[in-house]
Amino acid sequence: MGQMSKDMTSSLSTRRLSRLAYGGIWSLPLPLWLAAFFLGPMILLIWLSFWDVKNFLLTPDFQLENWQKMLTAPYFWAAYLRTFVIAISAAALVSLIALPCSLAISFFLSVRARMVMLGLFVVPFFTSYLVRVYSWQIYLTENGIVMKLLAAIGIDSGSLLNTPLALMIGLVTLTLPLVIVIQSISMLSLDKTLIDAAYNLGCGPRRVLFATVLPAVRPGIVLGALFAFIFSFGDFVTATYLGGGKFTTMSILIADTVKSGQQWPRAAVVALMMIATLLITALASIAYAYRRT
Amino acid sequence: MAKTTLTRRALLKSGAVAAGALAMPSVVRAQSVTEMTMLAWYGQAEPDAVAAFEELHNVKITPKYYVGGEQMLALLAQSPPGTYDLIHADAEYVQQLVLANFVEKLDPSDYHFDDFYPEFHKFPGHWHNDELYAVISRFGFLGISHNLDAVSVNEASSYDMLWDEKNKDKVGHFDWHLPNLGVLSLRDGNAAPYDISGDAWAKLQDTTLSLKPQVRGFYDYGGVLSSLKSGEVTVMPGIGEWITGVLRRDGANVTTTIPEQGGIQFTESFSIGRGSKKADLARKFIQYTSSPEGQFTLANLNVFPAIIPSKVGWERMINEKPEDARHLGMFKGDGNSIDLIRKGRIHIRQLPVQQDLADWNDFWSAYKST
Repeated sequence: MGQMSKDMTSSLSTRRLSRLAYGGIWSLPLPLWLAAFFLGPMILLIWLSFWDVKNFLLTPDFQLENWQKMLTAPYFWAAYLRTFVIAISAAALVSLIALPCSLAISFFLSVRARMVMLGLFVVPFFTSYLVRVYSWQIYLTENGIVMKLLAAIGIDSGSLLNTPLALMIGLVTLTLPLVIVIQSISMLSLDKTLIDAAYNLGCGPRRVLFATVLPAVRPGIVLGALFAFIFSFGDFVTATYLGGGKFTTMSILIADTVKSGQQWPRAAVVALMMIATLLITALASIAYAYRRT
Repeated sequence: MAKTTLTRRALLKSGAVAAGALAMPSVVRAQSVTEMTMLAWYGQAEPDAVAAFEELHNVKITPKYYVGGEQMLALLAQSPPGTYDLIHADAEYVQQLVLANFVEKLDPSDYHFDDFYPEFHKFPGHWHNDELYAVISRFGFLGISHNLDAVSVNEASSYDMLWDEKNKDKVGHFDWHLPNLGVLSLRDGNAAPYDISGDAWAKLQDTTLSLKPQVRGFYDYGGVLSSLKSGEVTVMPGIGEWITGVLRRDGANVTTTIPEQGGIQFTESFSIGRGSKKADLARKFIQYTSSPEGQFTLANLNVFPAIIPSKVGWERMINEKPEDARHLGMFKGDGNSIDLIRKGRIHIRQLPVQQDLADWNDFWSAYKST
């Protein structure tokens, strides 16, 4: 009897161990990936920000000059503020445009039409973003299609390229499909009985939307806006090709810093400030999205 | 009837023989062709530039293209000696190549200097302590490039026109501080545009900042081409025929004018990389680029056309490509490119002398950000 109990205990612990090992093997890629592609590069980037450049060559060192130089440069803070304002404006604009689209997809379309619409929003990702931005140049330039259409109805607006509007068009092109998909997934997973209950309790359509649907899908809306902010904050292509490099953003500043003088350490400072901003924004957004009301 | 059996060993053996036979021509070819490496601006090792030399010497030139002299210096600093047999550089960076010991000394008698205009026999920047380190391959002038439908040659004869109301929001910049600040320094009246005092530097910054309301955008090479061609911008300071020559091939009505205040000269050259194991072949390549045939080829590169220092090369350009030669300033008589140099209207592009390069760069970032 005692021997049998011992055997059973041993068999149980062997099974537990093998289950642990099985779970461990499946979990392993995540920490490995994070260590190789996030933690490692991040440590390298922080270390690099203290290096020196001598005769255009990176030289290991530990000096604070790069941080001091960049954080006291007015053009750095001008670029930082501009990038932040552009990114937050793009996130707000895209969220506003995406909201009615997502509501329509989630609540008014048949299942078949919904799948077709969501599929169509994924199609832009099949083409390179750079190609899409170049195409916008053709539309927005002096003799472009948009200008010709406007001229036909008597509006002479000149070229739209290198304007804040062109910048916003590029960023909406980049982020809108993703935000619509995120918002739609969030709305589709909403418990529809909540909406029925609101109607049964006498709420009108507007109250159902503002008091029931939007609060319930807040995480989806906030996460969509967060992704739009992240992509817009780090974008280089739109600022360069639709903004004409006229609106120096943090990404353009990184390119400029490296291009002249091979100042990789100073570019690392700019990159670290961007990462810190994105981390703080992401944590604050997530906290707000999942906050209990 | 004899029975034929194919054993696994026999199959493997015949397969190996067949693979060897098939691979033989490429092995033989690979053994006979010498490979030579070149660190260069884009276009210098494309077939239109090197095919004739490659065929003549049974050599394959493998390029590593860079963007900007500083990237070139960084690439050299990170590579062991001998990595690059040929180095193609702008004149302002040759002195730095010499000081960093990245290039070999050259023997002037090896090259066709007698064919060159006297101005290029001892080109400043290519010599150090009376020793030659680089041979000029071609050069060009930077002034005001403009769309002739919007801005005439006469209008472009002064940098002051950049501030005209007519050009508001129509001025473009090639996104590199050195040529832009160089021509604006000339507009400020600095006789040596890169060797300026603290006061002149402060004034140059004010001049540049005052131009910002006129500026449409800051462009890379592709952006410069498309914005000038589409009419997005009509005038660009600090660029030259290296852009407008390419656009004209495409039918654009553009040209480059050197204003009365003067223009900037960029200069390309070839050097032999320190520790090159193919120094003899590299020397032959530089001999080729300085020969009449090589010079004619270099004047007409697909990447962009440029002026050549060879008198013999000029003759051939005038005879065979008179229109291109005229636009490049390679014609006989007053106002040709050598005449402009002799009249003192052209200043060689160089790194700032009295300020740190980083100061100019920081100011450019601040200017863009304004």
